[in-house]
Amino acid sequence: MDTFINFFNAAVLAGAPLLFGTMGEILTEKSGNLNLGVEGMMFMGALSGLVSVFLLEMGLAIDLAPWLAVCVAIAFSFIAGALGALIYSVLVVTLRTQQNVTGLALTMFGIGVGNFLGEFFGRRSPVGFLTVSARAREGFRQLRIPLLSEIPIIGEMFFNYNVLVYLGILIAIVLAIFFKFTRVGLNLRAVGENPAAADAASIPVARYKYLATCIGGGICGIGGMYIIMVTTSGIWVHNAVQGFGWISVALVIFATWSPARAVFGSLLFGALTVTRFYLPLGIPMQIYDTLPYIATILVLIFTSIRPIKEHAAPAGLGLNYFREDR
Amino acid sequence: MSLRIARRKTIPALHAWGIRAAALIIALIIGGLIIIALGHNPLRVYLEMINSAFGGRIGFNQKVRIFIPLLGAALAVGLAFKMRFWNIGAEGQILVGGIAASYFALFHPNMPRPVLLITMGLAAAIAGGLWGLIPAFFRARWGTNETLFTLMLNYVALGIISYLQSGPWRSAGTLHPIIDMFPAAARLPQVFGIHIGWIMVLVFTVLVYLYISRSKQGYQLTVVGESENTARYAGMNVGHIIMRTMILSGAIAGLAGFWQVSGADFTLNETTAGGVGFTAIIVAWLSRLNPIVMVPVALFIALLERGAVRIQTIFMIPATIAAVLIGIILFAMLACEFFVQYRVVRNVKVPADASFEEEGAA
Repeated sequence: MDTFINFFNAAVLAGAPLLFGTMGEILTEKSGNLNLGVEGMMFMGALSGLVSVFLLEMGLAIDLAPWLAVCVAIAFSFIAGALGALIYSVLVVTLRTQQNVTGLALTMFGIGVGNFLGEFFGRRSPVGFLTVSARAREGFRQLRIPLLSEIPIIGEMFFNYNVLVYLGILIAIVLAIFFKFTRVGLNLRAVGENPAAADAASIPVARYKYLATCIGGGICGIGGMYIIMVTTSGIWVHNAVQGFGWISVALVIFATWSPARAVFGSLLFGALTVTRFYLPLGIPMQIYDTLPYIATILVLIFTSIRPIKEHAAPAGLGLNYFREDR
Repeated sequence: MSLRIARRKTIPALHAWGIRAAALIIALIIGGLIIIALGHNPLRVYLEMINSAFGGRIGFNQKVRIFIPLLGAALAVGLAFKMRFWNIGAEGQILVGGIAASYFALFHPNMPRPVLLITMGLAAAIAGGLWGLIPAFFRARWGTNETLFTLMLNYVALGIISYLQSGPWRSAGTLHPIIDMFPAAARLPQVFGIHIGWIMVLVFTVLVYLYISRSKQGYQLTVVGESENTARYAGMNVGHIIMRTMILSGAIAGLAGFWQVSGADFTLNETTAGGVGFTAIIVAWLSRLNPIVMVPVALFIALLERGAVRIQTIFMIPATIAAVLIGIILFAMLACEFFVQYRVVRNVKVPADASFEEEGAA
């Protein structure tokens, strides 16, 4: 049982950045924008979250309080991800560029910016690499929720994580309600399904696309920050995101654009990334490491062989909307 | 006054290239602003980058070392992109090509040199082609998303290499996970001081150009790219065309892997592809998928990457700035196509039906 709880905990921790990436991309795709730049926005968020705390501590010559470090990192990683998405939106929504290529460009740009500035500030750091104080890192440690975490088994399994995990779940719940029960959420879905009809119903299509894409990008950015602050414990690691953004894009298909299933999918894929520590199958470690990617491929294949009508992608996904081409 | 966007009916070629040149300059200026923000003189940095391209044999050789696989991979992805098949798996196809070539170099080195090299090249092409066929098969049969499929295969190929170099192929003399250097017979000969891959890649450039623009198969894949329904309606076997094109695309990328292991690295490791498969996407797109244009574009990108290594040693600016600059250039080039295709006009009051006519004609 203990092993199972440990495995479950590890899966949640590994799956959380995927949850952010998937939620951000679901929000983006609901507006009809297929943003393949998740990986890039995660890099930008990762860098910005870490560097903002780093620079504050350097500039003020103090160790940031844990809760303050968390707030600063969340805010700046969100802003960085949103800025990346803003570049994408300007190009795709206003300048009508091809969505796939623009997303790929954003990915490459984001990876470049992340690795470049990570190295750049690392050289300026007194310790020789980019990191933040132990006190600031404290904020990203696991947080035992009083009383609830005392419940046997359940407490260990569900109330024993760092604050970002709960933020991810919260975002999933908020988005689920937003899509289903709010007028703005329904409007957004209309924009993604049929922008011409939405336009005719005087929904400001471009504004919806911009906002959904930028907020979605911001959420992806937080996912990147999670990787740096939690997975690599507050130290900049070259190429730290390594594919998590891409798996998130695939998880959106797996989750069939539903926030609830995104939580499940992230947990499942989080589990796949840590399985080798808990379930030795006798296959070489390096091959074991490719399991999440192979699983992603299998998901892509199965969802394409058995498409379900009600769970299809937004009908306008990947297509740019030109009002004058109506 | 308000602004309105109108589609251009035609644009003089010179005008279009003028817009693109302006976009490039704007991108370089933005890059320059970043360099200023880092506390350096952008003119000196740029000059040093250009200088490194022409400065001495080593700089030139290093640049060509990036250029050959980059152009090869750009040809490969360009072929797929022409068909609107988003092959972003050139990285993986290069790697499996490298694995297949390395197998013969490491375990069958006793063949006569020409036979060995040809075997290695063929093995690389076949391996790359099969690796490219996997996503193409599922896309052709069930419409499986090829963008993510090809990308995921990159990680799988990388995993296979790290398994090989730490396990079955690990060099006997060391505990480090490295693979032996190739014997002399498995190394590509040099022509004018650069391995012969440069001639092959230029030959392939012409071949791919002719294939796309002059052959029936090239015409078919272009039609599939324009509209799969049209192709189907014209009686083409779309699935067949997708698979055939992706075998070719993967095979060329696989060959690029062969050139890299046999011409430049003389061994196989996780950095054999080194991001070339991704940069190639940019090269292909900036060249508007024209294989001939890819030659100067790939040279330019290779110059940028090589120049970035140079400025790292001189100015202590991390070489990864090349990726940032390339990203900005790509954004600018993508954006400028809008101004090639559309013009922004002032909205003057005209009778409603007149403006309707103008838009209808566009």
